[in-house]
Amino acid sequence: MNNKLYDKLIFELSRQGRCGYSLPKNNYPDAVGSIPATLMRENEIGLPQVDELTVVRHYTNMSTNNFGVDTGFYPLGSCTMKYNPKINEEMAGNSVIASMHPNQPARLSQGALEIYHTLAAALSEIGGMAEFTLNPYAGAHGELTGLMICRAYHDSRGDKKRTKVIIPDSAHGTNPASAAVAGLQVVPVKSLPDGTVDVEALAPLLDDSVAAMMMTNPNTLGIFERQIPQIAEMVHAAGALLYYDGANLNPMLGIARPGDMGFDVMHINLHKTFSTPHGGGGPGSGPVGVRAGLEHLLPNPRVVKNEDGTFDLISSPDSMGRVSSTLGNFAVEMRALSYILSLGSDGLMEAGRLATLNANYIKESLRDVYELPVDTICKHEFVFDGLKDKSTGVTTLNIAKRLLDYGFHAPTIYFPLLFHESLMIEPTETESLDTIDSFIEVMRQIAHEAVNDPEMVKSAPHTTPVRRPDDTEAALHPRLTFDEL
Amino acid sequence: MKTYFSPSHEYLTIDEEGNGYVGISDYAQKALGNVVYVDMPEVGDEFEKDEDFGAIESVKAASDLIIPVSCEVLEINEALADNPRLVNEDAMANWIIKIKLTDPEEVESLMDLDAYNEYLATNPH
Repeated sequence: MNNKLYDKLIFELSRQGRCGYSLPKNNYPDAVGSIPATLMRENEIGLPQVDELTVVRHYTNMSTNNFGVDTGFYPLGSCTMKYNPKINEEMAGNSVIASMHPNQPARLSQGALEIYHTLAAALSEIGGMAEFTLNPYAGAHGELTGLMICRAYHDSRGDKKRTKVIIPDSAHGTNPASAAVAGLQVVPVKSLPDGTVDVEALAPLLDDSVAAMMMTNPNTLGIFERQIPQIAEMVHAAGALLYYDGANLNPMLGIARPGDMGFDVMHINLHKTFSTPHGGGGPGSGPVGVRAGLEHLLPNPRVVKNEDGTFDLISSPDSMGRVSSTLGNFAVEMRALSYILSLGSDGLMEAGRLATLNANYIKESLRDVYELPVDTICKHEFVFDGLKDKSTGVTTLNIAKRLLDYGFHAPTIYFPLLFHESLMIEPTETESLDTIDSFIEVMRQIAHEAVNDPEMVKSAPHTTPVRRPDDTEAALHPRLTFDEL
Repeated sequence: MKTYFSPSHEYLTIDEEGNGYVGISDYAQKALGNVVYVDMPEVGDEFEKDEDFGAIESVKAASDLIIPVSCEVLEINEALADNPRLVNEDAMANWIIKIKLTDPEEVESLMDLDAYNEYLATNPH
């Protein structure tokens, strides 16, 4: 794509006096005088002056440079960029649902409350939990809510000395961030060479100052934590709670449940596992589930079903508080319920199995040319530590950039931090064998190029409208407005 | 002047007066990639061996800086605040903090250059 209108900013297309829209005559010229001087803008408004056709072409051209699951393969590890069936969009876009007011009273929102209650019950079944709240607006918001529930649990027992959260060194960055926001101190626990939690390193960290341990299972290397029953026992023996980060729930659907593994509190990234287009900042949803005995600590309000089949909102005095002004991101909840009901329990289980099969198929097809640091059956994703042959200096960043030339989105790079050249691939269950085979072919081709024409790989991408931005300079001196250019 | 290294890739150079200069090794700067920010402590701060004394952020990752010996901070390298890329240009010359060692015997637990090179060659990091 090499369109001149795309190369320029809309401000650069601006010409003095050019205009695509005219405002009606101001019938109240005196009204301006009643606005206090302190509220009046002193400078020009600075909007671009462009005609309608220029605006249309500029944005239409720009939109064709978008990349999403609807345009191509998106193997971004830990993000679960699966295809989101359009039926779920249709359900969420239903005019009755879309036009509801979030503050409508419960008696006028029975259908919405039933949707909420039905989805929460389905998630409780999937997670093996007693009750779910759908109120948190995003995954990290769910983590914060979950940790505040852990705090509320200890506080409710008069146990105020628990200030630490144990987090594996392979964890997502949101875990320590959420713990810090919840006012808790982060204690990292080491991983074994195979990426799973080192139980021996964990033991001495567990005492009566620990509020909770956060785990992702399968972990960020896509590996199932086999020691989980023992870890749960150790954490509970120390009086702490075990928290499940649901970022990697996708391969577990219908196969294993966090509640059965001994987790007390969990969140789910609805947008990842249950079909909402995401990336670029949203929209998300981070429902939080708790085991039996912790329900009263869930955020207010809670949706309950009355004996007569109607639904109500209740507030519990023991609740950890309120985390949202509405009952969560309702459109995301609607998509999730639609997805769960259309797949059914057999379909969900099949989704998890296929995601696992696809990941293992790619891993085994590429392991002779890419470095596989942990050689075991993975779940829905896995990590390479760069190329096997690193002699020409081609890095993971170069491979990721070169993939763009072939029309694939790059995998996650330089995460997890356990390896220097992490390249994390998650194909998801929705890709066909043809797509996966062509991705494998391209990855092999890049490995071949890395040996035979390394400079070409190092200077990739060659075909994208924007090539290699100076990311160091961008981080050091970001220029965020047109005026700064 | 003698230089020691820690397993977490910090170096400690001791000058004639017994003061120390702490930075990250050349191996560490290469592994991190282009450095964009160095979070430094304040002059007068005191640390116990193996505590975090700051953090270093690159385009790839943010890493804690681990103090190789117990100390008090005498000086911070202000130049890094304006130009963190100096770490990439010459990690050994561009120390991060100057320290007064509170327990000089702790250097015994660190590696010299030969031992560190051996460590790099034999350990997965």
